[in-house]
Amino acid sequence: MAKSQIALTVNGESVDALVEPRTLLIHFLREQLNLTGPHIGCETSHCGACTVDLDGKSVKSCTVFAVQANGADIRTIEGMANADGTLHVIQEAFREMHGLQCGFCTPGMITRAWRLLQENPNPGESEIRYGISGNLCRCTGYQNIVRAIQYAAAKLNGVPFQEAAE
Amino acid sequence: MIPPSFAYHRPSSVKDAIGLLAGFGEDGRVLAGGHSLIPMMKLRLAAPPNLVDLGGISDLKGIATDGGDIVIGAMTTQHELIGSDLLGKKIPLLRETSLQIADPQVRYLGTLGGNVANGDPGNDMPAVMMCLNATYQVAGKSGERRIQARQFYQGAYFTALEPGEILTAIRIRPPDEGHGWSYHKLKRKIGDYATAAAAVVLTMKGTGEIGSAAIALTNVAETPLYAEAATRLIVGSKLDAATVKQAVTAAEAITAPASDRRGTPQYRTKMAGVMVARALAQAAQRARGG
Repeated sequence: MAKSQIALTVNGESVDALVEPRTLLIHFLREQLNLTGPHIGCETSHCGACTVDLDGKSVKSCTVFAVQANGADIRTIEGMANADGTLHVIQEAFREMHGLQCGFCTPGMITRAWRLLQENPNPGESEIRYGISGNLCRCTGYQNIVRAIQYAAAKLNGVPFQEAAE
Repeated sequence: MIPPSFAYHRPSSVKDAIGLLAGFGEDGRVLAGGHSLIPMMKLRLAAPPNLVDLGGISDLKGIATDGGDIVIGAMTTQHELIGSDLLGKKIPLLRETSLQIADPQVRYLGTLGGNVANGDPGNDMPAVMMCLNATYQVAGKSGERRIQARQFYQGAYFTALEPGEILTAIRIRPPDEGHGWSYHKLKRKIGDYATAAAAVVLTMKGTGEIGSAAIALTNVAETPLYAEAATRLIVGSKLDAATVKQAVTAAEAITAPASDRRGTPQYRTKMAGVMVARALAQAAQRARGG
């Protein structure tokens, strides 16, 4: 099948590439661009491990063709850290609050949380749980992921993080 | 899982898309949000040699008013439906339903047109469109036509859409101001299809009688169901317990659910009845201003 030429922006850098139409965005990112942060989990758009940000939307890159991303602006977990190499506040929050155990879901979780906090800078616990409902974690029971996102929200808003009373 | 090979086409107008599809015949298929079609292609349940991506056609996007109707472009995403203040005010049933479809990532890309047009009995919007008595605007090589949502669904994945036709927009006359609405969906987890679900809109007179109503059901037959007999029973009533019970029985009577991991047919039929009762109660409460 003839390949298609695509041009897009990934983590702030321009990328030109040839892709087969059937190439999924997750395979393009991982195998052609060597961005192996977004993970291949269920491959059926359930687990959210492959979540990346595409033109201001969190998407499951296992269910998007790379050709559909022609012209798009994409951010993956590799583009999350600050320019000086220090961790983004959300990354720091996941470390500080133990928001991960095995780490498999973490790139998708953080990329999703990043978009969630831009749409809703001060989400309540139920809004966080609903906002990350497309991302499955099999280790943490979500408790510390929710705390991490609350911690990140507080830091981004410049207010002290306060644990909710049990 | 890698989908089978195909040739990719991205027209920028409805006219070009129709032209492409006319040329491909059985070998062409439209790609909307892709969140039904791409999984089906991975599983080899679909292997279209040509995909016509509607994502580049701006005419298929957006929410507008036309006379007393609201016209929603077929490529409008669930996320955009949820964010629409106009719809939130005029047809809040749509936002309530969208929020119960899949998960945030899927709703960013999944479209209203794809949800209603592909004929999957598990999709939520078809029953909602039957409930709202929506009209589908369709374009093909022989011109444009309109199809009532209540006439559109013929079987699982079989609809009134002819090969080469594209759903371009969904036209809805908003229910009267002050109406009550509800979409009640029983599901095992976020992202699941309904075990059973019911959509209700109704208006209530000052005397507490139901002035007009519509009830429709999701995923309890090969197609979404407009529960006409149940609807007739409640119109003119005060939604007393006996009438609700009769309506529930009438709604249960038209179901023919499949047995799957969501439950046995008997269970799913009963749950359809429970969803109808709950949706009626909530819609009535909202119509009373509660």
